[in-house]
Amino acid sequence: MYGLEIAGVIQPADGSTQEPLTVLNVSRRRFLKQTALGAGSVFVLGVFSGCRADNLAAWPDRAEPMGSLEDAGFRPNVFVGLNDAGDVFIVCSRSEMGQGIRSSVPAIIADEMGADWDRCHILQATGHPRFGNQNTDGSRSIRNHFDDWRRAGATAREMLLAAAAQQWETDTESCSMGVHEVTHADGRTLGFGELAVTAATLSAPNAPTFRPRSEWRYIGTDIDGRDNKAFVTGSATFGIDVQVEGMRHAAIMRSPVFGGKVASVDDTAARAVPGVLDVVRLNDHSMPPAFQALGGVAVIAENTWAAFKGRDALQVTWERSPHQDWSTEAQRAAMDAAVQAAGTPVRNEGDVEAAAGQQVVEATYHVAMLPHASMEPPTATAWVRPDGTCEVWAPSQAPQTARGSVAGALGVDPEAVTVHVTFLGGGFGRKSKPDYCIEAALLSKAVGAPVKVTWSREDDLRHDYYHPPSAQYMRAALGEDGKPLSWLHRSSFPPIGSTFANGVSGPGAGDLRSGVSNMPYVIPNVRVETSEAFAHQRIGWLRSVYNIHHGFSVNAFVAELAHAAGADARDYLLDLIGPDRELNDLFPRPPVLDTARLKGVIRRAADEAGWGRTLPEGHGMGIAGHFSFSSYVAHVVDASVEDGAIKVHRVDCAVDCGTAVNLDRIRSQMEGATVFGLTIALKDGIEAVDGRVTTGNFDTYRLLSLAETPDTHVHIMDSELPSGGVGEPGVPPLAPALAGAILQATGRPVRSLPIRLA
Amino acid sequence: MPTYTLTVNGQAHTVEAEPDMPLLWVLRDLIGLTGTKYACGSAYCGACAVHVNGSAQRSCVAAISALDGADVTTIEGLSEDGTHPLQLAWNEVNVPQCGFCQAGQIMHAAAWMKDNPNPTAEEVDQNQSSNLCRCGTYQRIREAILLAAEKGA
Repeated sequence: MYGLEIAGVIQPADGSTQEPLTVLNVSRRRFLKQTALGAGSVFVLGVFSGCRADNLAAWPDRAEPMGSLEDAGFRPNVFVGLNDAGDVFIVCSRSEMGQGIRSSVPAIIADEMGADWDRCHILQATGHPRFGNQNTDGSRSIRNHFDDWRRAGATAREMLLAAAAQQWETDTESCSMGVHEVTHADGRTLGFGELAVTAATLSAPNAPTFRPRSEWRYIGTDIDGRDNKAFVTGSATFGIDVQVEGMRHAAIMRSPVFGGKVASVDDTAARAVPGVLDVVRLNDHSMPPAFQALGGVAVIAENTWAAFKGRDALQVTWERSPHQDWSTEAQRAAMDAAVQAAGTPVRNEGDVEAAAGQQVVEATYHVAMLPHASMEPPTATAWVRPDGTCEVWAPSQAPQTARGSVAGALGVDPEAVTVHVTFLGGGFGRKSKPDYCIEAALLSKAVGAPVKVTWSREDDLRHDYYHPPSAQYMRAALGEDGKPLSWLHRSSFPPIGSTFANGVSGPGAGDLRSGVSNMPYVIPNVRVETSEAFAHQRIGWLRSVYNIHHGFSVNAFVAELAHAAGADARDYLLDLIGPDRELNDLFPRPPVLDTARLKGVIRRAADEAGWGRTLPEGHGMGIAGHFSFSSYVAHVVDASVEDGAIKVHRVDCAVDCGTAVNLDRIRSQMEGATVFGLTIALKDGIEAVDGRVTTGNFDTYRLLSLAETPDTHVHIMDSELPSGGVGEPGVPPLAPALAGAILQATGRPVRSLPIRLA
Repeated sequence: MPTYTLTVNGQAHTVEAEPDMPLLWVLRDLIGLTGTKYACGSAYCGACAVHVNGSAQRSCVAAISALDGADVTTIEGLSEDGTHPLQLAWNEVNVPQCGFCQAGQIMHAAAWMKDNPNPTAEEVDQNQSSNLCRCGTYQRIREAILLAAEKGA
């Protein structure tokens, strides 16, 4: 029996130790063929007995309790384990950053396996190819791996049934799965623990059968957060909380202007700060920056405070950077100019120039450059040992990328690098990039001791992989019936590709698929163009990526067209989407947008919000719907403007994410996406002058507060279709729905995020 | 380096620290209690909230030199076993997403509720707006505080 399970720490309640029973089914190669986990992953159902308490008691061992198996010469890709006490061990190969994946994965496996939720223990996978794809981004965990985890559970179930049949010397037809036990037709039962040893000797079935949905006990319900207690008692280990014996603390001064190289360093004052141990100059990064450490000058100290103070005391001069004259204002003006002229077409149907309507509506939309601003800033701890091996402890969305990048920077084989994944204090895409892990590893190697790098909030906001600033020009000619005869859309923003390749001068065709070139409206003449834009910082993916600015412009423009036509915004939007169909021509690869589902969430959000009801004086209601990450989300926002201040009163959010696994976490992701979207709409963008980001902390990058948070009602559509993503798709429709509400309330369009009412 | 004596969660600690070292880093780096979080270092966000002599304080800007002899409670010491009414309510409402800001949220609310045991939703909004959450768990924070009040925090 295991009494305590917090953050992957598992200790026998009675304090006893058990030797692991290193028995694994040997027919796993056949099973390998059945899995979609990818090349190099071995996907073995590891049935084993016992996890030695002494292996689990202390960090870092608790991150890898499978170590005992590996020590014995096995390197299995263990997803499910069972010991002879009946405890089920489930390895979570995805990073936990608030989406509840450490609760959803065991729910799926337990349902297929027949396991009791309370007897399941979660272990966090380290970064290694044997765990399959661990990149926890793109809202992909459930939508890409649902069936993998079901298969793991179903395999275990069939083996346990076979084990019971063998122990009873009967056939499997006489055995049925109960809850954490197998029942014989005559009423006898065998608990999972009593079956573990026998099951471990069996071959895994080639093609395990999934259970019917009617037998699910956890999937499709509100699943409790397994790690809640750790969070509310302060015992969860985030990246910034890692403590390794002999560890030193580092803070790094990076070039205030992107691309600046160190010209000179005077570290006299820094070294005089009590607690400062060393000053280490890091190599300048090359172009493109990709995942490289940014370089700069690091102060190594006995504690974080001394490292911060020492860093502040450094006198560093920098060579002139090519980005020295960059300002966010000038960049916006440049993109503005770019979208006023013809760009490079990526979609062209009919002739938008020839389509003359009764009325022409044109608008230019802007979205500011945006930071991730996770509450936990980037941080990592690394220990490069004299034998060349390296351990990293980090809040990483992509531990395999971190492993490979650290190995590359150290010049060692990836097998020499172990990346332990901690809890992430927010990710939002920032922690997919391992630059901060590389910093820790390089510094550990330089000083010969474990080093924790902690980014200050200012470091985070000034050296992010930013969401790109954008300008978009849109023009439509409306016919006599008020419907658009033509639709011209030009989009300009420095794309993520600029972080990984030199010479990128604007978005490519693929960058415009996020709702622009594949916008779903029925319009006879359509032209979509990309326009020039250059990066002056590292650009990266932020929660819902380009859908942020494209979902905004497309939906806000439709609201403006409806307004110009004197039409109801919901009806106009539904009418533009047109008949039920799958847009196979616009979505050459799955997932393909299904207009019936898009209209479904729009109608549901509108109905739940009471669309069309009489609103209080000064209120307006706006609506928007967007398809991204295989899911459909619509928002209806009820807002008012009083004395120039925007107040959001209520938000209704309808989501169709196909098969819903964890209702509570779907709701919480939509609630969070609403706050995230409102922060984008109402707060601040990143500002820069003279090449330097001037935004520095939460005074200049303000987050939405509790008092500003509207009542948010989330409505989940019933569906048995394949699961879609949940983490990101709630963001894009919020801001345009708010824009529509303000348009209705004031008659004035909203064309920039963050919104600044004159 | 000067030494300071603190009581943290009922235990006496003597630490050697520079006078300007904030309590946050004393707790995290010198004493090893990492439940109190760094997120801004400038008292904007409240992730570092602890109780000093019974009142909520932002430990990231509280210099140790002014705290000699202070009685400090951190999230690790709010209750013996995670059963403070706010902790129970947080669990019941499934408040945490990433969880990083929640210790500060709970410590801030716990101190305030000693003087405001029966707050209205509006009072909760005003008081708790000093604590930031990037995941956007605010609606549930409000719900959990009201639930805890109902059950007698």
